[in-house]
Amino acid sequence: MVERLLILSAVLFCIGLYGALSRRHVIAVLISVEIMFNAVNIALVAFSRYITPAALRATGEVNEAAVRSLLAGQTFALFVIVVAAAEVALGLALVIAMVRRKDTTDISEASLMRR
Amino acid sequence: MDNLFQEIAFWSLAVVTVGGALAVLRTQNMFRAALMLVVSFAGVAGIFALINAEFLAVVQILIYGGGVAVLVIFAVMVTRDVTEGNRNTRTQPFALLVAAGLFVTLAFAIVKAEWNVLPDDLPGPLADVFVDTPAALGDLLLSEYVLPFEIAGVVLLAAVVGALSLVRER
Repeated sequence: MVERLLILSAVLFCIGLYGALSRRHVIAVLISVEIMFNAVNIALVAFSRYITPAALRATGEVNEAAVRSLLAGQTFALFVIVVAAAEVALGLALVIAMVRRKDTTDISEASLMRR
Repeated sequence: MDNLFQEIAFWSLAVVTVGGALAVLRTQNMFRAALMLVVSFAGVAGIFALINAEFLAVVQILIYGGGVAVLVIFAVMVTRDVTEGNRNTRTQPFALLVAAGLFVTLAFAIVKAEWNVLPDDLPGPLADVFVDTPAALGDLLLSEYVLPFEIAGVVLLAAVVGALSLVRER
């Protein structure tokens, strides 16, 4: 189960990477980055559910640390979602600022930070 | 029976997720691309629900399917070139090469690696964690990860202030 979840995550990540590198429209690039974030989240949650935590592997006994580290992946995924939300808000503000100043959505035009 | 259901659910969700992501790349219309993105996000939420991450599945629908999608659609509507803006740059063959190469490498590593998989019949306290993940997650966020949790709030505030100052009319 863990392998195919990770393969799914790799497929999504590569689709996102291809989109982010090849698209011309800024919003398309942002959307592709969001797909990559989602791929990473799938991998994190899959690790959280299916991989033995180091604390459990080392001692073999079920203690407090093992129980707590079992959900570390899901917590990380939650923080990734928070950062992605902040990123998309800022990114779209940048897109709108760019359209106002240069009247274009072509990412190749955004090579300079001044007018 | 339970296993068969899981198989069917996983493969249909995987098809929806990857199909949505591919449709985002295929379509020329940016508005449709944004809608296809929502389909892909919903598929990811289903996969989260399938592997005992119920809280993340709900968060995924709320934040990605709701917030991010609405933001993207608004941004698409205020920009130009909506119907035929999704063209490729000159680096497209190079991008395809990089993405394909990365996928082959990742797939090779995933198949070859020896995963330390959890046993199917988890010992009591471990199985309890997956019965009630939202409670365990909330407990973790306010104990072990309280500092990142607070910093996440500051990051969001900074992002909102930054976004407002970027789009402000002068």
